[in-house]
Amino acid sequence: MTTFYENREIVTPGDLLAEGDYKAGSNTYKLGNKIYASRPGLVEYNEREVRVVALNAFYIPSVGDLVIGKVVEVNVNGWVVDINSPYSAILRASDVLERSFKPQRDELTEILDTGDLLIAKITSFDRTRAPTLTMRERGLGKITRGQIVKITPTKIPRVIGRKGSMINMLKKETGCRITVGQNGLILILGRRIEDERLAIQAIRKIEHEAHTSGLTDRVAEMIRREKMKEEIKQDAKSPRETDR
Amino acid sequence: MTTPVTVSRVRRRQIAQLIANGMRLDGRGLTEYREIKIERGLIERAEGSAKVSLGRTIVLVGVKVGIGEPYSDRPNEGVLTVNSELVPLASPEFEAGPPGEESIELARVVDRGLRESKSIPLEELCIIPGKKVFIIFVDVYVLNHDGNLIDTSAMAALAALLNTKIFNYEVEDGEVVKIKPGFKPLPIRNYPIAVTLAEIDGKLVVDPWLDEEEVMNARITFTFDKDGNICAIQKGGGGFFTKEQVLEAMRIAREKSEELRKIVVEG
Amino acid sequence: MQKAPVRLIDEEGKRVDGREWNELRPIKIEVGVLNNADGSAYIEQGKNKILAAVYGPKEAHPRHLTLPDRALLRCRYHMAPFSVEERKSPAPSRREIELSKVIRESLEPAIFLEHYPRTAIDLFIEILQADGGTRCAGITVASLALADAGIPMRDLVVACAAGKVDNKIVLDLNDIEDKEGEADVPVAFMPNLNAVTLLQMDGTLTPEEFEQAVNLAIEGCKRIYKMQKEALKARYLAIKREVEEQ
Repeated sequence: MTTFYENREIVTPGDLLAEGDYKAGSNTYKLGNKIYASRPGLVEYNEREVRVVALNAFYIPSVGDLVIGKVVEVNVNGWVVDINSPYSAILRASDVLERSFKPQRDELTEILDTGDLLIAKITSFDRTRAPTLTMRERGLGKITRGQIVKITPTKIPRVIGRKGSMINMLKKETGCRITVGQNGLILILGRRIEDERLAIQAIRKIEHEAHTSGLTDRVAEMIRREKMKEEIKQDAKSPRETDR
Repeated sequence: MTTPVTVSRVRRRQIAQLIANGMRLDGRGLTEYREIKIERGLIERAEGSAKVSLGRTIVLVGVKVGIGEPYSDRPNEGVLTVNSELVPLASPEFEAGPPGEESIELARVVDRGLRESKSIPLEELCIIPGKKVFIIFVDVYVLNHDGNLIDTSAMAALAALLNTKIFNYEVEDGEVVKIKPGFKPLPIRNYPIAVTLAEIDGKLVVDPWLDEEEVMNARITFTFDKDGNICAIQKGGGGFFTKEQVLEAMRIAREKSEELRKIVVEG
Repeated sequence: MQKAPVRLIDEEGKRVDGREWNELRPIKIEVGVLNNADGSAYIEQGKNKILAAVYGPKEAHPRHLTLPDRALLRCRYHMAPFSVEERKSPAPSRREIELSKVIRESLEPAIFLEHYPRTAIDLFIEILQADGGTRCAGITVASLALADAGIPMRDLVVACAAGKVDNKIVLDLNDIEDKEGEADVPVAFMPNLNAVTLLQMDGTLTPEEFEQAVNLAIEGCKRIYKMQKEALKARYLAIKREVEEQ
């Protein structure tokens, strides 16, 4: 077994990553006993497998994923939901009504209309038919408040961090509730608009610097700095107010 | 145009397996053309015409000769224009309407062979420099599509040009063109022949028929002139050739072009 | 009235722009230049200035256009009206339609289209300024836009032409060499798979000259391939460096 790059080195499609009895992991492919990259990203080797953490990719649904979507069409028996993927998802009326759907009785647009945002889970997908969704679980449902940030789905694991370290730090430091969709959409709910803005800024930084190390510390540092700046602003404001 | 899925999986496998063993489903060898039949001058209203059948593929070419203005950057040259029509009667896949990319590619590959081999001496088709020249319209009409439209059309175009007549004319006051009775043959200086090969499962075959075109990874056309020079190349299809295959295809095409030229020019 | 023949190679073997027979024009490549597109790239090769953008994979409309077993790649090669000496009509010409087809077919072998059935990938190539060899530079930059969009690929596709000018086989023809020379052989190539994905020719060449031209064009492809990879990495390396300096 031979490897041709350092761990976490940047590679591009067509780069020969390894030769020998390795398994071709995500964003790689095998030709004979040679493994090549298929997307630009960071190569990662372990004893058995070679994979590439893609720097950019689109979301392909996977059963069990939590996603955030937008209703784009109301059909006779359900909704078509844009889940930031090449494949639009279907949410059936029966899933929401918890009983069979009666066209003479139920007006679907009263439940969810085009433009509505929702949190759901993927229940089926095989690429030959549209993925289906469910909202019948705690924490799922229509979104009524907050802001959505969109990042490239491959960087979602960075936003979560090892064992949730990054996302926990974000929640704690900004005081926001953060729901991360595997499809690259993130819902941020803060008490104040400033808190939401800060969380968004932090997530943008994570996306931008996802392929670098020591990221959690730098993001925490940035949040503290921004908070301090704001406090100074507040302090500067108050005396002027008392002057009047 | 997307490839229709009309060839069953079983047939695909048969075609590929036979080719791997040097044979073809219709009994031909890998470098063997289908039977070629040529009818010349069958459209009396056209100044030149020919119908070529390559197996069950049939292409009719009509040549019309007109008089018009030269291109501004080539004031002393006649004009050659090649068009192709994939007429709906030729295949369930063809639809009426403006020419699609397939039809445009076909016309441009035929055009390139004629033009680059300098088969028609365009400078001899000038009547009044900068004002009046002969315009040669070559219209490729596909009547039945059973694969390899490029080679069939190129042969039909050449055969039609070989029996094309241009009318006699007279210039008066350096302006007026008067058409006089009588004709003379259109001068033809070279005989370009297109040879198309398909790559199927790593093997090269000449003159693919429709079913083979559906199975092939890619095709490549070499057009050779009468002196054995290449005057046009076109790769098509969503697959690829290795460099070695390209060179092998070129050698086969060169040999086959001589064989076909005899049939088109002397036949 | 015949135009006086132009000398395209001088006594010292130098070409009209001062290059050697096997020398490429200066090339500048940048990846990720447009915000709206899922992937984009820009190339300058000689005076060629070309932008490429990719949207997708996405749901295709109308639905019946999609393929049941793979993604549909759609490609538009288009020249801006101001890209050439005499204004070009913006309506697609027959040449542009043919080039759109052969460019698409040169990229299809590289993409794992079979991974995304029923979707479409749209590729737009805009020639902002043309200087000979636009289809090749267009392919080089388009494959970078595809990679930038995160579309899985077997290899980058790179393209370069060789041709015959003043009786000599030369690399990477510029506008005047293309127009006045004896032959032009554009080649697109995937180095990993030794795969020729585009091959065209017009002009006249002997079989021996053709073989020489193909070899030279592939040699040029391999050199541009290195620049492609550098350009793709440059974007991310810049961020990494920035972070490390802090």
